[in-house]
Amino acid sequence: MDVTAGWYLALGAALFVIGASGMLLRRNALVMFMSIELMLNAVNLNFVVIGRHTGDLNGQVAVFFVMVVAAAEVVVGLAIMIAVFRRRASASVDDLATLKG
Amino acid sequence: MVDYIWIIIALPLTGAVFLHFFGTRMGEPAAGAVASATIGLSFLYALAAAADFFTGSGEAEAVHLFDWIPALGANAQLLWDPLSAVMTLTVTGVGTLIHVYSIGYMHGDPRYGRFFTNLNFFAASMLILVLADNFGLLFVGWELVGLSSYMLISFWFTRPSAAAAGKKAFIVNRVGDVGFLVGLMLILANFNTLTYGAVLENPARFVTAGTATAITLLLLLGAVGKSAQIPLFFWLPDAMEGPTPVSALIHAATMVTAGVYMVARTASLFELSSFSAGTVATIGAFTALFAATIALTQRDIKRVLAYSTISQLGYMFLAVGSGAYIAGIFHLVTHAFFKALLFLGSGSVIHALNDEQDMAKMGGLRKVMPVTHATMVVGWLAIIGIPPLAGFWSKDEILAIAFGEGGWFTFLWVIGLITALLTAVYMTRWMYLTFWGESRWEDGVEPHESPPIMTVPLIGLAVGGAFFGLLNTPFRGPLRPAFEHFLEPSFEGVIAMAHIPSGATPWNLATISVVAAALGALFAYRRYRGARAYEIPPFASKRTGVWRWVGAGYYVDDIIGNLLVLPGKLVAAWTAFVFDNEVIDGSVRAVGGGVRRIGGWLRPLQTGFVRSYAAVTFAGVVGLLVWFVARGVG
Amino acid sequence: MDFNVLSLLIWLPVAGAAIVIGLPRRRPELVVPVAFALSILTLGLAGFVVVDFDLSNPGFQFVEKTAIWSDLGIDYNLGVDGISLFLVALTSFLFPIAIVASVNITDRRKEFMATLLLLEGALIGVFLSLDLILFFVFFEVLLVPMYFLIGLWGGERRLEAALKFFLYTALGSAFLLVGIIFLSAQANDQFGSPTFNYLELLNLDISTTTQYWLFAAFGIAFAIKVPLFPFHTWLPDAHTEAPTAGSVILAGVLLKMGTYGFLRFNLNLFPHAAVELAGFLAALAVVGIIYGAVVAIVQPDIKRLVAYSSVSHLGFVILGIFALTSQGVSGGVIQMVNHGLTTGALFLLVGMIYERRHTREISAYGGIQKVMPLFAGFFLFTVFASAGLPGLNGFVGEFLILLGSYARHPILAIIAAVGVLLAAVYLLWAYERVFTGELDSDENRALTDIGVREIGILVPIVALIIFLGVYPKPVLDRIEPAVERVLDRIEDRTGFDSPLRISDVTTDGVEVTP
Repeated sequence: MDVTAGWYLALGAALFVIGASGMLLRRNALVMFMSIELMLNAVNLNFVVIGRHTGDLNGQVAVFFVMVVAAAEVVVGLAIMIAVFRRRASASVDDLATLKG
Repeated sequence: MVDYIWIIIALPLTGAVFLHFFGTRMGEPAAGAVASATIGLSFLYALAAAADFFTGSGEAEAVHLFDWIPALGANAQLLWDPLSAVMTLTVTGVGTLIHVYSIGYMHGDPRYGRFFTNLNFFAASMLILVLADNFGLLFVGWELVGLSSYMLISFWFTRPSAAAAGKKAFIVNRVGDVGFLVGLMLILANFNTLTYGAVLENPARFVTAGTATAITLLLLLGAVGKSAQIPLFFWLPDAMEGPTPVSALIHAATMVTAGVYMVARTASLFELSSFSAGTVATIGAFTALFAATIALTQRDIKRVLAYSTISQLGYMFLAVGSGAYIAGIFHLVTHAFFKALLFLGSGSVIHALNDEQDMAKMGGLRKVMPVTHATMVVGWLAIIGIPPLAGFWSKDEILAIAFGEGGWFTFLWVIGLITALLTAVYMTRWMYLTFWGESRWEDGVEPHESPPIMTVPLIGLAVGGAFFGLLNTPFRGPLRPAFEHFLEPSFEGVIAMAHIPSGATPWNLATISVVAAALGALFAYRRYRGARAYEIPPFASKRTGVWRWVGAGYYVDDIIGNLLVLPGKLVAAWTAFVFDNEVIDGSVRAVGGGVRRIGGWLRPLQTGFVRSYAAVTFAGVVGLLVWFVARGVG
Repeated sequence: MDFNVLSLLIWLPVAGAAIVIGLPRRRPELVVPVAFALSILTLGLAGFVVVDFDLSNPGFQFVEKTAIWSDLGIDYNLGVDGISLFLVALTSFLFPIAIVASVNITDRRKEFMATLLLLEGALIGVFLSLDLILFFVFFEVLLVPMYFLIGLWGGERRLEAALKFFLYTALGSAFLLVGIIFLSAQANDQFGSPTFNYLELLNLDISTTTQYWLFAAFGIAFAIKVPLFPFHTWLPDAHTEAPTAGSVILAGVLLKMGTYGFLRFNLNLFPHAAVELAGFLAALAVVGIIYGAVVAIVQPDIKRLVAYSSVSHLGFVILGIFALTSQGVSGGVIQMVNHGLTTGALFLLVGMIYERRHTREISAYGGIQKVMPLFAGFFLFTVFASAGLPGLNGFVGEFLILLGSYARHPILAIIAAVGVLLAAVYLLWAYERVFTGELDSDENRALTDIGVREIGILVPIVALIIFLGVYPKPVLDRIEPAVERVLDRIEDRTGFDSPLRISDVTTDGVEVTP
């Protein structure tokens, strides 16, 4: 069986949908983080695939940017989560609705 | 001499500034002496500067001091001509006597120094008014005398009535000043300057009779306010709240005559409009009669004189409106003497009776106050027009000229004559209730003659009131009309139309008016000869019918209060608290509130649940995707 | 030019604010002297500019110009002419007074003084800027210190008032910014490069329709600042809640930015629209004159009364400017200065009594002339100056404005004259209720008269009020050439023939024929 770019894109799409579903459905902030990572990496995969398919290096360059941003985001996000967890003893995002308008 | 004419103003002004800082510390009588000295020196200087006019060799001269507002043709520039000389001499001469009198009258007042500051300041302002060479500077003096009048009327500021009277005087004057100001706008627009020389010399070159009518009627409004004529007369009786020397100086002798002076000064403009001149004369005649009727009924010793002043100012208006400018100024000067005399005399009485002003509690003062009484007899005879005292010559000249004008002016002459009769009645009544008859003093009051510092000025004014009229008799020879010759250069070209009728007419007229005065006096004599206290208040035995109206000053104050002031306050309150607060600020708040409400509508979107935000984002992304695909871009 | 005096005028107070903030916290007694010294230094510089000002030059003097961003045509461009000269002088004159008047502020005194100095720099910057972006920056920046002055050191409803002030004026500024950018775009079309340089923008050829729009954009911003009826309601709120120094500066200088803006920009940049709309604006001004006065009559709060009197007085300024006659416009300019002095003094006086008695209600007072004779004297003097008594400064301006505007708007001028009467009504009635009558309450009986410090800050104002009233020549001599130039420009651009110019008036009264 020939593994074409289509397969990779399908995998990326599947990963993205899983990530998005987790983001929308799960309440635990940690899990939501992992879902976000999943979505970011799904996109990364697509960048690489399309970059390779078109022979354009920019796809892979973009991946590095995404990875750096993701890392920074995780650092800040986890720090916030730990702070919140210490105060509330809960990682459920539904408890953090104090910014309600 | 004339080049330094500003010294006349500078002396009392320096006095005022000096006393402002040191007056309280100097105390009495030094502060009063300084004030009297400055104005006395001004008088002497003016006398010396006017010397050329006496000999007939003087020329009118303008003295430029410094630029003030050249863009309006209004600089600090003074005019020295016979008219301003007469006014200056009157102001400083009578003013000096009143200053001296005040040294005694204000004895013991805690704000003695401040009184003389204000009095000196008034004198300086009045001198600016009469010496100004343009309408701008005239207006400066015009307003500054209003300011001094305000401060002196409410001098005893702890009395609410005094404070209110001062405010009333200033504001009613300002009503007139609005007219004056608009008149100045028209003058500038038509003449392109406010300088007298350019405006008043043959103004027909620049304005039509219609424009001249507009300008003069507006100036007249200012004059009416300052000189307390109908319809702006009602501040003057209240102004009697001020100390009596103030009433004498400001509200009898000088400031209130500023309107007459102004009409005389702008004679060439009034000559262009017979309508305006007729209006001046008519207002004057009616005011004279109207005020005289009220004077019949007053029991406050000073209010009688206040209404009398309004009435006499009416004569002056009648004169200048009839084109008899010199006669008007002549009456202004004689009136300054005898009315200041009467006021100061009443001050002397008030003083003697421990600040009693109700004539019902006077009477019989002749014996205890012989000097005051003697001088008052002179003032009384002068004002009712008994020859050869001053009032006779000046008043009869006015009446004769009005008669000579004919037509409508004959009617005004009749009014003037009736007024003369009424004047005799109320002044005789005044004399009876105060000096003659039996005493009705309150218990424990022991009247005494005033000290010489007060009686000497009375004597001085009485001499003036007795003999000044002889300066302007219609006779030839040693009694030739010197005053008229003196003033004539100021009215060259405009004097022609006013003249006393020739032949036997003036003698007949004079006889008629003297008989009228005598009849009035006789009537009052019979009526008040044995007046008892309970009979004093009304003119008639009981204050009934029309006399109640007259006694209340025709309820003018109530009418003004209820028809103008009260609705005015209501309108202001409605504007401030309803319109401004609800409508204007209300719409501003409505804009703010509108933004807030839109925010309120959008507010539920912000649920605070992270996952709902994520769902919205997701939906948005899907929506975009669908849109791209649908457009065939994807 | 040996040194850049105008830059120094702006940046000395700004640097001063930094110095004051940097003062050691344990030496609080240094704050006021240092701030005062800095403001006096600024006043000295302004004095130098006034004296060194060349009377024969109607254009801008002491000009400084450095490019900031040449691609966009933004410059650092300063200059002073007869119109802005006395506004700068007034600003630098009022600040030392405001500082001395605020020595009793104990709460965050250092920050207060620094805020005042910052405000001074920004205000002077507004009047000196010849670059529209620079002007706009100063125009906006000064909202911040003013906001804090009201919001931090104000009265009970200070936050509400500060917010209203800030938002209302910021709304106007939004229109102004759009207008400025549009002008620069027009410059780009016509000159090939964008510019915000005022002097270059004067050469723009703008179609009449566009002028109307731009006039409106600039006009709304300035009308709110003046404030012109019906945009005035922020003023009484801001005034009543502001601390004394804030009120003095607000009334004394801040409002003048509006009238100055009309004269500097609307008249010069959009002459066609200005000539066409002059009647409308003059009418609004007259409505403001009468309206402000009528509303002032019944105000129970003395600070609100003075605030509404400002609305009335600034109506005169606008009337004068849109009279489009030399006399009217000159009167408008000098009246800006006069109003700054008299209303500033009134707010100082109200502040003095407020410090003692802690109420602004007129009805709480009565008869206090007896216990505070000196204070009453100063107050009465200021009242008459404000009511336009001849011989004092207010009259010179009002007289020029009224007589100057009659030539073009006769009916409006006549109505405006009634405002002079109403001014006497509301001021004297207030004086009567506060100062005269019986002294019947114990609180009032316990009042003490003003002291040396308070007399010290009033005397310079009083001296200027008398000086300007008696001898306005040095001021008028500097204002008139610049005003003449504005009118020449309008005539040149639109063919509008002003009905009354300086040269029309004859002053030769030396030859007198009675």
